[in-house]
Amino acid sequence: MLPALLIVFREVLEAGLVVGIILAATEGVVGRGRWIVAGVAGGLAGAGLVALFAGRISEAFAGSGQELFNATVLIIAVAMLGWHTLWMARHARELTSEMKALGQSLKTGARTLSAMALVVAVAILREGAEVVLFLYGIAASGGDAPGAMLVGGLCGVALGAAISWLIYRGLLAIPTGKLFSVTNGLLSLLAAGMAGQAAVYLARAGIIPTLGDEVWDTSAILADDSLLGRALHAIAGYSDRPMGVQIATYLVILGLLIGLSRVIDRRRGHSGPA
Amino acid sequence: MRFLTALLIGAAAFAQSVVAAPPPPPMTLVLKDHRFTPATLTVPAGQKLQIVVINQDKATEEFDSHDLKVEKLITPNSRATIKIGPLKPGAYSFMGEFHPQTAQGKIIAVAAKP
Repeated sequence: MLPALLIVFREVLEAGLVVGIILAATEGVVGRGRWIVAGVAGGLAGAGLVALFAGRISEAFAGSGQELFNATVLIIAVAMLGWHTLWMARHARELTSEMKALGQSLKTGARTLSAMALVVAVAILREGAEVVLFLYGIAASGGDAPGAMLVGGLCGVALGAAISWLIYRGLLAIPTGKLFSVTNGLLSLLAAGMAGQAAVYLARAGIIPTLGDEVWDTSAILADDSLLGRALHAIAGYSDRPMGVQIATYLVILGLLIGLSRVIDRRRGHSGPA
Repeated sequence: MRFLTALLIGAAAFAQSVVAAPPPPPMTLVLKDHRFTPATLTVPAGQKLQIVVINQDKATEEFDSHDLKVEKLITPNSRATIKIGPLKPGAYSFMGEFHPQTAQGKIIAVAAKP
């Protein structure tokens, strides 16, 4: 039971962190609940489908199907995160002032809720497909005590959901005025990390050069496969032995998002309506 | 002009030699009862490699190697091709993430003899 719990928890952790950050980033936006639920449901349905067709996906594109599929969904998530981040940079001021005004509805943030729902769906789809295949494998191969293993696996899922909730509640401790700048920063890191990961998949598929297989090695300090390493990987794209192309993509996306956010925010500060 | 032609022919020959580089030797790992055979795979360093992992189990496995930066799902009774390298000489561990107690192995990259 315990090994199954750990394996599933490791998979679910990443998705859990992403969902938690997005819950905080959309705090107070009208219609948020519905969109996030739709994202979770879509992600679970997608995970089932991906698990069902895992063999086909794997064989596609001369055996590089999995890599291309992962890169594609990650790039979609990066685009959605980028859209939301830049949109928030434009509207964060109004959003926070409206949040302070009690009783006033927050229509403003609703525009990018669909984007956030899609990111939630992608996060759950990627990790969820692995969990589904793992649990199905336990059930299919019989082995010793599949019941206990399945219970362990489901506990792992519950633990991942609990992490989501903790991250979300933890971020809400940030004062309202600062919340969106913090979540925007976190979403930018998330986007950069995902973009770097997408680059790794494309390099693995042989589509882009690696620009150095291993630029540095910090696995002795913090290994990718430790829980903390995995959490930092999910949140900020930490990698103990990053590829050159991964670092380059990471920096370009992070620089673009932070730079553009600054420019947009400053422009509004000067010319936008107060 | 003649120089240019020679240059073009040279470039074409070079391009062809790059394209026609010998295909990497395919290597095979068999996964059965959640164990890899061979558990230690010796490969040449400094060149691109293809490793075919054949999953003969009833359960899906995730081939996972942080050393090689590879994560790949392999469904039951199927095979997956993993492209790696060129590797520096050394040991690279890998495992089946869904059955880490038994599914462990390593790749040893050895420098070609001069």
